[in-house]
Amino acid sequence: MLLPGVVFTLIYAYGPMAGLVMAFQEFEPLSGFFKSDFIGLDNFKYVFQLPDFNQVLWNTVLIAVCKMVLFLLVPLILALLLNEVTKSWFSRFVQSAIFLPFFLSWTVLGGIVIELFSLNGPVNALVSSFGLEPIMFMLDNSWFRTIIIGSDVWKGMGYNMIIMLAAITGINATLYEAAEVDGAGKWKQMIHITLPGIAPIVIVLSVLGLGGVLNAGFEQILIMYNPTVYEGSDIIDTFVYRLGIFSQQFGPAAAVGLFKSVISLALVSATYYAAYKYNNYRIF
Amino acid sequence: MRSRVSLSRKLFNVSNALFLTGVTLLGIVPFLHLLSISLSSNTAAMAGEVKLWPVGFSWDAYIYLGEKVEFFRSLRVSLERVVLGTIVNMLLVFLTAYPLAKSNEQFGSRTVYVWFFAVTMFFGGGLIPTYIVVVKTGLIDSIWALILPGALSVWNVILMLNFFRSIPKELEEAATIDGAGHWTILWKVFLPVSLPSIATIGLFTIVGHWNAWFDGILYLNSPDKYPLQTYLSTLIMSMNSMMTAVSVEQLKVLENLSEKTLRTAQIFMGALPIMLVYPFLQKYFVRGMTVGSVKE
Repeated sequence: MLLPGVVFTLIYAYGPMAGLVMAFQEFEPLSGFFKSDFIGLDNFKYVFQLPDFNQVLWNTVLIAVCKMVLFLLVPLILALLLNEVTKSWFSRFVQSAIFLPFFLSWTVLGGIVIELFSLNGPVNALVSSFGLEPIMFMLDNSWFRTIIIGSDVWKGMGYNMIIMLAAITGINATLYEAAEVDGAGKWKQMIHITLPGIAPIVIVLSVLGLGGVLNAGFEQILIMYNPTVYEGSDIIDTFVYRLGIFSQQFGPAAAVGLFKSVISLALVSATYYAAYKYNNYRIF
Repeated sequence: MRSRVSLSRKLFNVSNALFLTGVTLLGIVPFLHLLSISLSSNTAAMAGEVKLWPVGFSWDAYIYLGEKVEFFRSLRVSLERVVLGTIVNMLLVFLTAYPLAKSNEQFGSRTVYVWFFAVTMFFGGGLIPTYIVVVKTGLIDSIWALILPGALSVWNVILMLNFFRSIPKELEEAATIDGAGHWTILWKVFLPVSLPSIATIGLFTIVGHWNAWFDGILYLNSPDKYPLQTYLSTLIMSMNSMMTAVSVEQLKVLENLSEKTLRTAQIFMGALPIMLVYPFLQKYFVRGMTVGSVKE
């Protein structure tokens, strides 16, 4: 029964892993993995001296770290506020609205974001109504980076929020009753009961997020960026894509990919170990 | 419980409700805006007059869409992909999860296989080597290039095997005594009682196939084989690649070049199926998380 699963995994998961030897080869698609010449670390040397590479690395880390922090803070605040809502229909409605973009593709959401921030779009109409000059959001490096980060938080915040909200609901209600008897107000209850109560899940979520520090959102950036904002938004993944598929420099592109995979693997292993230590968290 | 509701508490409740309403609008308004543009006249849409309500209401974009060959062709590819892909994915999940759900005593080399699959969750060859493997296995420009490379989702296998493990041992033992082999037990005993988690995993597989667009760009050469989301992505990216204009005037001209209402109508149609099944998605998502949290 395992045979089909094993075969597909061998070909399409272990095949590419074996194919990583091309990072050390002068890879020619026609000769394949076996006949291409080995050139040692030349691909790595070539890529690291490219003028764009440092910028790409910086963009990746900057965008990913901003997203990581916001993906914890924004859902946490929303979950705490939602927990104070007493009307359950209102709470459910708000949750539904926040969670919806999570299930839509970046083609749809990217199309919407580009339209919203276009030169005669609604956001610029708002800007003009304050008497300001319209802003070319999609052509300005720092604005574009902000939009990338903001729109990803908009798409993904529902996920962590639902997890945190579930953790808050799981806190023993008698703790609150006892606190109330002792005269603790809502604020004190939040600081001394709710926050410590969900600390474990927040720690797990943040620790797991650390493993993705080099994933700054490939599909999102690929669909939204344009050559004018490469400087502020080109990340490792988009760089590899252009280098490998457009410029056909397979060897150097695979080298960058390997560089990223190894760092990610190290981070993931370290963070899983930490999560296990902290909270006995295991995924399987 | 709420014996004394103070003034400050009331104030907090009101401002909290207002704030959360604002956040809710942030989730809904962009989609309303998209829908209104697609239902407005093209001139009003291009002039940027449309906000949350159609201006110069017209069905034109959707009527024109009804005659657009590219749209329907890619829609058909998408449906084909969703059906084929979901069948392949689900079959592989069943076949892989069943043996792995056995205990180590029943299935001696289980640990080896678990590691064999688990490693792929943490390390992969990356974009370029995967692309080369797909080229070498001859899938380029075929719909199978969108299905086979991701045929086995290890994450779904974990969800499924956790559910299989929660099935009482007695069911399997009774079936074995009646002379059932492993295949019969899987199809006639395990699958019928696993319908809730099959629905969860199946729904997410369907949404995943519907939403995927980048593999189409990467592995398909002929645009007439693109699924809907890939086709939509080319609409959006071709707009972006033109965006190197320097002056405000040039940019305005560019933004108006393509027919805005038609584009937004197509984007909206790409989102519509997801919005229709959204209530189920939300319900099953929470359930899926609880299934996944069952630990060994």
